[in-house]
Amino acid sequence: MKLHPMIAALRKHKAGVVLIALQIALTLAIVCNAIFIIGQRIDRVNRPTGLDEGNLFLATQQWVGAPSADTPDGVARLDAMLKEDLAALRNLPGVASVAPINSVPLLNSSWNGSVSTKPDRKFSDKGDNVRTTYYFSDENVLPVLGLRLVAGRNFTAADVQHQGFRDNPPRPIVILTKDLADKLYPKGDAVGKAVYIDGSGSPSTIIGVVARLQVPGSGTWTNNFAWNSTLVPTRLNANFSRYAVRTKPGQLDAVMRTVAPTLYKVNPLRVLDDDSVKSFGDIRAKAYRADVGMAILMGVICLVLLSVTAAGIVGLTSFWVGQRHRQIGVRRALGARKVDILHYFQLENLLIAGSGALIGIGMAVGLNLALMRYYEMDRLPVLYTLIGVIAVLVLGQCAVFVPARRASNVPPVTATRAV
Amino acid sequence: MFAYYLQLGMRSLRRNPALTTLMVMAIGFGVAASMITYSVFRAVSGNPIPDKSGQLFTPQVDAWGPQQNLKGEPAEALGYVDAMALMRTLHAKRQTLLYMVQMSVMPDGERDLPLNANGYAVGGDFFPMFEVPFQYGAAWSRQDDQSRAAVVVISAELNQKLFGGADSVGRSVDFGGHDYRIVGVTRPWNPRPRFFDLFSTQGFEEPSDFYMPFNRALDLQMRTGGRNSCRGKLDFTTWDGWLQSNCVWVTPWVELDSAADVASYRRFLESYAADQQKAGRFDWAPNVRLRNVTEWLDYEHVVPPESRMSLLVSLGFFLICLINTVGLLLAKFLRRSGEIGVRRALGATRREIYTQYLIEAAAVGLAGGLVGLLLTAAGVSGVGLLFPPKIAQLAELDFSLVGLTLLVAVVATLLAAFYPAWRAARVQPAWQLKSN
Repeated sequence: MKLHPMIAALRKHKAGVVLIALQIALTLAIVCNAIFIIGQRIDRVNRPTGLDEGNLFLATQQWVGAPSADTPDGVARLDAMLKEDLAALRNLPGVASVAPINSVPLLNSSWNGSVSTKPDRKFSDKGDNVRTTYYFSDENVLPVLGLRLVAGRNFTAADVQHQGFRDNPPRPIVILTKDLADKLYPKGDAVGKAVYIDGSGSPSTIIGVVARLQVPGSGTWTNNFAWNSTLVPTRLNANFSRYAVRTKPGQLDAVMRTVAPTLYKVNPLRVLDDDSVKSFGDIRAKAYRADVGMAILMGVICLVLLSVTAAGIVGLTSFWVGQRHRQIGVRRALGARKVDILHYFQLENLLIAGSGALIGIGMAVGLNLALMRYYEMDRLPVLYTLIGVIAVLVLGQCAVFVPARRASNVPPVTATRAV
Repeated sequence: MFAYYLQLGMRSLRRNPALTTLMVMAIGFGVAASMITYSVFRAVSGNPIPDKSGQLFTPQVDAWGPQQNLKGEPAEALGYVDAMALMRTLHAKRQTLLYMVQMSVMPDGERDLPLNANGYAVGGDFFPMFEVPFQYGAAWSRQDDQSRAAVVVISAELNQKLFGGADSVGRSVDFGGHDYRIVGVTRPWNPRPRFFDLFSTQGFEEPSDFYMPFNRALDLQMRTGGRNSCRGKLDFTTWDGWLQSNCVWVTPWVELDSAADVASYRRFLESYAADQQKAGRFDWAPNVRLRNVTEWLDYEHVVPPESRMSLLVSLGFFLICLINTVGLLLAKFLRRSGEIGVRRALGATRREIYTQYLIEAAAVGLAGGLVGLLLTAAGVSGVGLLFPPKIAQLAELDFSLVGLTLLVAVVATLLAAFYPAWRAARVQPAWQLKSN
């Protein structure tokens, strides 16, 4: 089939052709970027934290009228209160293990700093310092969070110290994540070596390495240190405390309900609100709410957009078929087969959609560049553009099929009638 | 004639139910997506204090230096040393320091469990500066600031919880073991975004429960309940060590009425920083900022990126829906060329044809707007999916949004109909009559 008469025919419908092509171009631009955004968000949400996330919850509480954490005496009393709480939680039926902890992955409350293999580094010394998040807990942290030890050993009860919240005492031993250990000691022999915390002059010996543990921050600002966690065997004493609790399988809800009454029984002078006892599932859902929401929004917009575009093609092509009823009849009378008419409309659509897609590629890249400039977005991979192009071409072909079939069914006898 | 055209339009729309539904749905979806995202954007990008946003300024002084500051920008808050130094000289008409504090209201009477309360330690100027509305009583005075008085202003919500909403001025309340005399009760007040504390909050929080004198909070050595950002060696252990450290946690605000005052305050900031450099505390050139509310909201990126991005995508989507509508209207109008030809031959002017088709399009737009309204209502209740609850609850379907939805739908459809109606009006009667 020759393209020349087809293009000549399209010239008669400039407005319609331009409209369809423009619509396809814009659809392509938005759909490509939307799918890319969906893909990125899904990747983020699917990152494993390194935790065994089932049967795990976190309880946060605040004491009222608690002693000051700035005096040694106050710290000692706070620590006694913390131990009382831990014992009460440990004795609950259905509880497998409990650990005091300052934060957990995805909680968006973190204590960040940097570690170095050399002593007395300044923050400004780039290169030596590796950013990290500190988790302060005790010897139960590995079983409670479900972390996998890949080298060295866990903390023992004798390793665990305690300190006031704002103090910065020396920290003789730490456990690092594999990512962090490999950055500091690329040969993979970190166990037994020293790191220096926050520019300190006194060494901390790495006694163990865990496979993976995400930092509490879930925002994009943590992207460059998302797996750099440092575990410190220290109970933090402040006027508030957090407890990570692992329950026996299937008893999560039952145990969570008993936490507030249990703690109030130990000491009623404290505040626990609705937000205080949260399952890890809820923490995860809250952290990624915006990401999941954005993915759903983009998905819905893509679907509706593709439907609207397809419906638009159906509408305009139907109109053209109606307008060219007589010409189709003439062609049929002159010997064109049904399939020729069908192909004619299909090819015509391919031509329009193809030119629309060409413009759309430019628009997609332009939109991506604009998004990259104003938001934290990556460059749109070529693959996404190709998928988008194929999608709109297939969409065009599907949409044109019904009106084109109707056109091919126009009987040759139409040619002999005045419309 | 208008009624007649409307009737004609309706009849024509009924003749092609599939095409009509398609147009109405496209406009409905397009306008709804735009309105839902716009309602959120409007909520987060609003000016929280429109009549004074140009007179309230937050001064920043770089106490971290080029090695450790935020890519050349000073820290977003001040440390104790700089904050006190700036406030010591009364260089502005009104000025206050503030930081977030957390306290517990002790059990009393019928309440046997303590209550958590979040608030701010502020200067007495805070209330007139930020136009805090009072239900009972008033702000504390500058004398109270100086005498480090144990006074407190509580919120309407806390007053409801503690005193059942009665006038509680003069009564005392036990915060964390210390008694405070209530001097004022605010009306419900929660500016969003919370422009005065973007250091510790993202701008969208539950209302504060109380406000207490800044000096009193310092006397009680109350640590900040908000953010505390430090640079340098963290080797301090005591309260005083913390105060003298490079940690920033205090947000300062000043009220400056004229451009001359602003310029003079800026000079004051620079000379302060220069003095610090001379004294050897800073070994870098003065690096200060003086941003007003609008500039501060902008600098702190209060509008979440999700909001802007979804608004952008929705508008693109709406544009496509409109292009779609142009195409469909074109098809619909030109399909009736014969009819137009007859009317033109019978004496209708082009203008009349034009008007008739525009009215038909407006009917489509109105129907699209109604569909869009339903979808917007459904969508606004579903924005919690995309935004945190504190932001999502700001998006609401009020009268202005309803009006805007319908208006946008009709106006957009009319814009889309200009070209198709123009084409319809240009139909040559002779041609159409001949082929019939």
